[in-house]
Amino acid sequence: MNKKQKHTLIRLIVGFALYAVALLLPIDSWFPHPQSLYIELVVFLVPYLVVGYDVLLRAARNIVNGQIFDENFLMSIATLGAFALVLFPDTEQHFSEGAAVMLFYQVGELFQSYAVGKSRQSIKEMMDIAPEFANIEQDGELVQVDPYEVGVGDTIIVKPGERIPLDGIILEGKSQLDTAALTGESMPRSVADGDEVISGCVNLSGKITVRVTRPFEDSTVSRILELVENASEKKARTENFITRFARYYTPAVVIVAALLAVIPPLLLWQPWADWIQRALVFLVVSCPCALVISVPLSFFGGIGGASRLGILVKGGNYLEALAHAETVVFDKTGTLTNGTFSVVAVHGQQGVDSQKLLSYAAHAEAYSDHPIALSIREAYLGTIDPARIGETEEISGHGIRTYVDKEPVYVGNAKLLSEANIPVEDCELVGTILHVASGSHYLGHIVIADQVKPDAKEAIESLHRVGVSHTVMLTGDRRDVAAAVAAELGLDEFVAECLPQDKVEKVEELMATSDSGKGKLAFVGDGINDAPVLTRADIGIAMGALGSDAAIEAADVVLMDDKPTRIATAISLARKTMRIVWQNIVFALGVKFAVLVLAVVGIATMWLAVFADVGVAILAILNAMRCMHFKE
Amino acid sequence: MRKAYKLEELDCANCAAKMECDINKLDGVNDARISFMTQKLVIDTEPDRLDSILDQAQKICSKYEPDCVIVR
Repeated sequence: MNKKQKHTLIRLIVGFALYAVALLLPIDSWFPHPQSLYIELVVFLVPYLVVGYDVLLRAARNIVNGQIFDENFLMSIATLGAFALVLFPDTEQHFSEGAAVMLFYQVGELFQSYAVGKSRQSIKEMMDIAPEFANIEQDGELVQVDPYEVGVGDTIIVKPGERIPLDGIILEGKSQLDTAALTGESMPRSVADGDEVISGCVNLSGKITVRVTRPFEDSTVSRILELVENASEKKARTENFITRFARYYTPAVVIVAALLAVIPPLLLWQPWADWIQRALVFLVVSCPCALVISVPLSFFGGIGGASRLGILVKGGNYLEALAHAETVVFDKTGTLTNGTFSVVAVHGQQGVDSQKLLSYAAHAEAYSDHPIALSIREAYLGTIDPARIGETEEISGHGIRTYVDKEPVYVGNAKLLSEANIPVEDCELVGTILHVASGSHYLGHIVIADQVKPDAKEAIESLHRVGVSHTVMLTGDRRDVAAAVAAELGLDEFVAECLPQDKVEKVEELMATSDSGKGKLAFVGDGINDAPVLTRADIGIAMGALGSDAAIEAADVVLMDDKPTRIATAISLARKTMRIVWQNIVFALGVKFAVLVLAVVGIATMWLAVFADVGVAILAILNAMRCMHFKE
Repeated sequence: MRKAYKLEELDCANCAAKMECDINKLDGVNDARISFMTQKLVIDTEPDRLDSILDQAQKICSKYEPDCVIVR
């Protein structure tokens, strides 16, 4: 609690005590009617003023400023109105209610400001990934400095248990990094010298020396914090709707209240006191606070909760759109697949060992830096002996002809071998097939493919489970490769041989034919050369963006790690947030309208009205705070 | 040019919405956003008019919440 809140709390306690005394005093029996009334009025005015003087002052000041429909003013009128009924000494009096309404209003306000402060703080804590210092070596001693002061190219030292303050490259040392604060991934990541490290990760096991590659302002941690901070600027449609609604709601209720106080007594000869009281109930209910606080709080909480899972949502509007996602379009490479080639199968002829096959291929491809060559050398467990390699010729589009141990070796596609009159065997697997022959003997083939991510299938399944009706894959690959991947993953549709420039067109087409017209389309890419599509789609989601500036820039939602299952998590989180938002809207408006109706027919008391105002606001805030916590 | 300012003593969400609405109506303001949750005002305006616009914005804030201060 801050100072202001503590001060209010003390006033409330004193006010409560005085109020209890006022209730217990048997003034009726000490004084005759109507004097007892005036004395009672004074006795109740004391706690009222102790608790509510600031409300009255603010109301007065706001009237001077031309602000009439402000909640301080409305509360003042409503409570003073209750006291003013003393002008009708023959009707039932409501002094105690007048004072109590102010009391509870203030309790509610205090609680509201406390709850909002608390959730602000817990979101801040959740985002507490900003490093406080960096260790640099000066004259053989470690000194802690502000990360702002460290420049690019400087060397910093990160001890176990410390947060990495700036992005950089490890010069020396080995360690495990906890990236949970950035990616939501709990498995530690091993790093060694030469590896890039990202600010915000916690160094777990060993001391590492890091050369800084980015200044603090551009470091990952600063960028993430900035992104989440700015996210509350981009407001969701629901949020804007509520503020607009609030602008009309209060004046409307106040006007009805005024009519209610005047018309029945004037035209229908109803008792003044009764109808004025009903009008006062209206005034108490006229504040839209429950909505104006809880709706932004829900979005803010949802964005905060998402960021803890490594899902950065750039604004409430995108969270809202995500909740309505109906179609999810994937760019294949880098999102559903690893985006790197690797050997998926080695099929040797009878009697040919697979490592022997790989050995020939690796030696043949020893000097190539083609991705396929890299993947073969990676799969080969032995070492490459340059002495074994003879004259090598690369035949573009076909493969390589070389000599290994003085014997001619062919590594390449079927065309290469058929030109050398060596018969090849077909393979049932899909991918790039590399045939290997030595002399005139066919040895077998190696299948190389871009591997599907381990959780890609599960990702598509969970998307369907959360209600995404259409999943589409776009790829520049050949049709058979695309079809195989699409079938394996259970995608609804795929588009093969799709050039980068066709992707925008295809996404636009899909957006136009979306089932209900209300559903949104999300495009998932790895942020590399698909920026135009990311921007064009209703929601652009960039994956594996840890360290990729372009992706963070272009996307609306950024997944810090490269797990496609996070997309379904993000969608269900968005849905949960929207559910809570609508629960609050329906609940708050429902209770308020119910109380308004009850007030017109004369059933609602001031007590009920206070509940409909601050009680509902508190419940809505508590409900909104649930958005911060989301379990996968 | 976009600039962000902290708002101190911003206690009322409805007031924040009203302030945002009024600041947006100021001449020379391209866009203004107030986030009640982060207690921030982000204002998009011409750099040379920034000071006078901030003065006017402060007046608007004080009108709705007398204690509210734009921290410059």
